[in-house]
Amino acid sequence: MTSKKELIEAANRQAVEKMIASRPFVVDVKPAIEAVAGMKERMVCHAGPPLELDEMVPSFKHAIFGGIMWELWAKTPEEAERLIRDGKVAIEPNHHHNGIGTMAGITTPSMPVFIIEDRTHGFRSTANIREETVKALRYGCYDENVKRKLDWNRDVLGPVLSAALRECGGIDMVPLMGKAMHMGDDGHNENRAANLLFCMQLIPHILKTDFSKDVMREVATWMNTDTRFVSTAEMAVCKAITLAAHNIENCSIVTTMCRNGTYTGIRVSGLEDQWFKAPAPEVNLLFFPGYGPKDATKDCGDSCVTEVAGIGAFAMAAAPGMVQFVGGTVADAINYTKEMYEITTAKNTNWTIPYLDLQGCPIGIDIIKVVKTGLTPHINTSIGHVQPNVGQVGAGMTRAPLKCFADALEAFGKLMGA
Amino acid sequence: MDKEMELITKPMKVINIGIDSFLESLKIQGVEVVHVDWRPPAEGDSKLIEILDKLEFL
Repeated sequence: MTSKKELIEAANRQAVEKMIASRPFVVDVKPAIEAVAGMKERMVCHAGPPLELDEMVPSFKHAIFGGIMWELWAKTPEEAERLIRDGKVAIEPNHHHNGIGTMAGITTPSMPVFIIEDRTHGFRSTANIREETVKALRYGCYDENVKRKLDWNRDVLGPVLSAALRECGGIDMVPLMGKAMHMGDDGHNENRAANLLFCMQLIPHILKTDFSKDVMREVATWMNTDTRFVSTAEMAVCKAITLAAHNIENCSIVTTMCRNGTYTGIRVSGLEDQWFKAPAPEVNLLFFPGYGPKDATKDCGDSCVTEVAGIGAFAMAAAPGMVQFVGGTVADAINYTKEMYEITTAKNTNWTIPYLDLQGCPIGIDIIKVVKTGLTPHINTSIGHVQPNVGQVGAGMTRAPLKCFADALEAFGKLMGA
Repeated sequence: MDKEMELITKPMKVINIGIDSFLESLKIQGVEVVHVDWRPPAEGDSKLIEILDKLEFL
């Protein structure tokens, strides 16, 4: 008779093999209403696990109101709030729609989104597109500049990217991100190498489209100005990879981990779509000048999908220079990666780390290993101001709360008859 | 000198298992110490330990 341990280990092996076999391509950019699974005409998707309006921090709430005002469903934050409370606008997590969004993660029907297609398993995921670097909707800012940039994303950037991506047949992201890691990216907060490689591949195809020279120049300039332009596409790649591992019987691998400034939530492959939430942790931050601890939200955003797919903080040994952005020492960066081998299931040979003798990144967070060791996933992250209309205040390191994994293990144990 | 006296009079070599603060205080006193980063499974939570045991991961 097969033991429980053997059943779980076989399921976990299957999950990581599927993750490593994934081959996500960026294939198109379309409005969310056409591209996001289950998106409705009056819906705003947000980061993290589900939460009520009254549980949100002010900047997170304002980001949702900003999305509603940008869609012209309301003229003021008060009107926007009324629409939600009256049930006239639905708010749902991006992860319920196979999507991700950074920080507050706002996705509304008219926003253009990257479409990712896993050509091994057929899964599709989506991600919204950054409109600004520091004072942006995802940080709870909504003003004339944000509105103008969101308009430009919808009217100019989206159509140009769509045409170029269709012209080139899609961009194969696994080798691109692997190369970027050899150039110093971690894939979460350091994306400059991937951005360059993405621009190298896509810009020649932009030049083949029928858009005017001025439009093409504007788009190429923005793709190079925002050095993390491609980051959300990378996160959607990670989302597609984690979709391949979800819903496997007896599997204790984490397939979702996200935060919204109020809660951190995880989902586990063998536990269907059940959320396990705990209060979001504070982030150990390097602040921008003029800001301090009282200004920062707690951990926020869907971006730690990168850690679930084994990059980000899990790959910091590939990007030790980024400690200048998130704090700590080069030795810390290397230790973050080394420690994460203790709570994961495999090494991803697609994404290797030169400094660690080209070992694969640690992939497949196992709730059993997390609870047994007490080592929770490291996450590197940016952080916004707790109040609306300020923007990013710094970046730093945190760890997912143990309670999510302990609660998940209890449910998993029950399911397994333990 | 008997063995017990040797233990407290000769320089000590210590293996510290688990608690960091013991490591630090030994270092401050100039004691040669090797640290083993260890903690009890599931941080000692008996309910979680029981689940891990039943799943055969202890």
